[in-house]
Amino acid sequence: MAYTLNVNGASHSVEVDEATPLLWVLRDILDLKGAKYGCGAGLCGACTVHIDGAAVRSCVTPVSGVGTRAVTTIEGISDNPLGKKLQDAWLEIDVAQCGYCQPGQIMSATALLSKTPKPTDADIDAQMSGNICRCATYNRIRTAIKLAAGDAAKKEG
Amino acid sequence: MGFQNSKHGATRSTVTRRSFLKVSAATGGGLMLSFNLAPLAKALANIPGESAIGAFIRIGMDGIVTIAAKNPEIGQGIKTSLPMIIAEELDVDWKDVRVETAPMDAEKFGLQSAGGSTSIPRNWDNMRRVGAAGRQMLVTAAAKTWRVPESELTTASGVVMHAASNRALKYGELATKAALLPAPDLKTVTLKDPKTFKVVGKPTKDVDGPAMVHGKPLYGIDVSVPGMLYATYEKCPVFGGTVARANLDEVKAMPGVRHAFVVPGTIKPGEVGLNAGLSGGVAIVADTWWQANVARRKLRVEWNEGPMAAQSSKGFAARAAELAKQKPEMSVRSDGDVDAALKGAVKVLEASYSYPFLAHATMEPQNCTAHFSNGKMEIWVPTQNGANGRGMIARTMGIPEKDITVHMTRAGGGFGRRGSPDPMIEAAWISKEAGAPVKLVWTREDDMRHDCYRPGGYHNFKAGIDGSGKLVALTDHFVSFGSDGKFAGSANMGGNIFPAEFVPNLSFGASLMPLGTPTGPLRAPGSNGLAFVFQSFLDEIAHAAGRDPLEFHLDLLSEKRVAAPAASTSGGPQAPAFNPARMRTTLALVAEKAGWGKRTVPKGTGLGLAYYYSHQGYVAHVAEVTTTSSGQMKVNKIWVAADVGGQIVNPSGAENQVQGAVLDGLGQILGQEITIARGGTVEGNFDTFPLLRMHQAPPVEVHFQLSESSPTGLGEPALPPTLPAIANAYFAATGQRLRDVPFNKPRDRDVRV
Repeated sequence: MAYTLNVNGASHSVEVDEATPLLWVLRDILDLKGAKYGCGAGLCGACTVHIDGAAVRSCVTPVSGVGTRAVTTIEGISDNPLGKKLQDAWLEIDVAQCGYCQPGQIMSATALLSKTPKPTDADIDAQMSGNICRCATYNRIRTAIKLAAGDAAKKEG
Repeated sequence: MGFQNSKHGATRSTVTRRSFLKVSAATGGGLMLSFNLAPLAKALANIPGESAIGAFIRIGMDGIVTIAAKNPEIGQGIKTSLPMIIAEELDVDWKDVRVETAPMDAEKFGLQSAGGSTSIPRNWDNMRRVGAAGRQMLVTAAAKTWRVPESELTTASGVVMHAASNRALKYGELATKAALLPAPDLKTVTLKDPKTFKVVGKPTKDVDGPAMVHGKPLYGIDVSVPGMLYATYEKCPVFGGTVARANLDEVKAMPGVRHAFVVPGTIKPGEVGLNAGLSGGVAIVADTWWQANVARRKLRVEWNEGPMAAQSSKGFAARAAELAKQKPEMSVRSDGDVDAALKGAVKVLEASYSYPFLAHATMEPQNCTAHFSNGKMEIWVPTQNGANGRGMIARTMGIPEKDITVHMTRAGGGFGRRGSPDPMIEAAWISKEAGAPVKLVWTREDDMRHDCYRPGGYHNFKAGIDGSGKLVALTDHFVSFGSDGKFAGSANMGGNIFPAEFVPNLSFGASLMPLGTPTGPLRAPGSNGLAFVFQSFLDEIAHAAGRDPLEFHLDLLSEKRVAAPAASTSGGPQAPAFNPARMRTTLALVAEKAGWGKRTVPKGTGLGLAYYYSHQGYVAHVAEVTTTSSGQMKVNKIWVAADVGGQIVNPSGAENQVQGAVLDGLGQILGQEITIARGGTVEGNFDTFPLLRMHQAPPVEVHFQLSESSPTGLGEPALPPTLPAIANAYFAATGQRLRDVPFNKPRDRDVRV
């Protein structure tokens, strides 16, 4: 089947089976390697991307369900001011160890701050518990989200 | 994070052998330093197999310094920390440094592996000398340019200066000239006074950070090669099993499938372990990985499972209980007269402990890209030990090692898993048969069901306490895995496991059960299970003796009661002897930071402590644990003190490693268990093998105790004390002992897919 996808603001035509998960279209057809394969079952969050601003697990999202909605991946998240702030905060806090899960973490965190600009610890727990970090950099992920949120709040105020 | 100074156990390697260094002009100008430090490396590292190091430094005329990172990066931060050491002695600003992963080339770089927390202790002195040699050559080039004595020259921030004449030259301006000079003797190069360090010891961000947060391709799974096909590979659920028949024609008819074929495998019956050979299975090669896996759903294989298919976790537990009632099959250590001491004891304690099999579950599943062409093999792989995989490809496929090129990518976690060669040999074989470059990516289920697991273990203890509350006798009957008196991989126990040498009457014995499942090193191998059982049982002893655990342990650590045996096997053959003074200081520090004995906690909340010496590191924890209304264990906070020598190379990376290791341990104790049924692994994904998640992760407060020892590694030693500290805190909170982990044990999970 032919699909036209809107990814990071650009239009892409792909010819794939309708059940193909968005993750594998992004990675192996469009050569966007930022979203990662971790579990293939929506359990780990490494594949997280945004569809119309909402965080989704691209490994269990069939390409046929995407339609014309805007797909944003880690490669395009710098265009979102919150995404950029989070990327900067991730670097400032030196969050990563192996780093494999971190694109998914940043995508989930961007969705969190979009809805909840000043998240509490409970908000962070609720939104971020779908993203596994096997290196367990959770202390620093929390700190980085708070850093980005503080900055975001200042700019708005 | 904080630092404390102390004076314990300083040891230094001395250099006695000759060494030399070669210099060549880099293409496009600039300085490239090539070293052959074979004799030096041997003398310094004191570890067999360390044979050479190579081309480390390139200085461009623009002053940008490119430093090669010799060892694989698996999340332990070594790609940042080893180049920091070179940059320090080269005397350049870190902002001017770029880091490249070194090619895999033992002639130039020596041992290029990640494992055993050895990269820092093996390379600390080598990397300093490499940097200092580079600095020396730039100073010599400046001295010749200005016709002044070298002794009048100083360096700073990539500049050579002559104060007397107020002249300065940047390294970039000197690089071409320096490249033509003879090399200094590495053993006599001048090293900096550590007090003047500007790079080492400063929190430094991961060099791949910017690429990571923008989703740039960094990992093995991100590799693209022109004309590449994608492979999935189905192996027998029982290790060593082979294909009897498979419906290949049906699979080949699926969309996108280019090849589907049986790989016979090379593992001989009865051999166990991922180094035993190529596992047989069915390879499906397609235009996309997804197509390969859709086709795989149609695959029906009849396996020759072999005799190991009779094994199960339930069977192991039942057999371990039987063996526990008998005398150990073999003695591991025996001191004094345990029977007499137990008879004379005022109090005798008995307890049995167990820990489960564990998977590594790296976030990036095992994968490898291979391209066989014209008799040569090219490999791209996230690995901890590329040489191991290359050796297996050479042996299995008859390709000379010199014709196998290995590119090490950044790895999405390692934890010991990627020292095994299986993804490399599988991809290599499939590429050759498919006649194309092939990227093999394991599914999560492949990864979890075809691991080299941390072996489970069963410990059966007895202890005797005298009238003064001292531990006077200890026995452990360890029921483990192996055969013919030989422990399975990472299933062993050495004779010097603490508190051996600190208890006058002590015996360790072991009995072995045959095992068909591969086992191998998982972060802090051996120690990760042994610390849990020994530090938990010691806590039981302290409580039974009516003593505060901290006071009990500081007292226990104060006096060696028995000399070390000549042939102890734990901790690595070259590991320095356990220094109880360093352990005591570290334990006292963490107790102080956690407010041990100084503050009251609410009812239902408890503090527990534990400590362990592993991988040359001394680490102590205090955990604060409470329970939720639903009976779940909740860890509020963990304090850690670690002594890994006198110099923390990168405090940011170091703190991250400690926090990660501790939370890794928390994940293990909460709910991780691999179940064997019909010879295969039941769990396949993160629903049944739960990794720690954000809402379960408490703050981890880290303190470094600085001693006079040379720096040692930090990937592993902070994990072992975690489980017992939490279990002991859980006891303090609830009065319940956790003797069988995990806390949330899988029930009735005995059906293999």
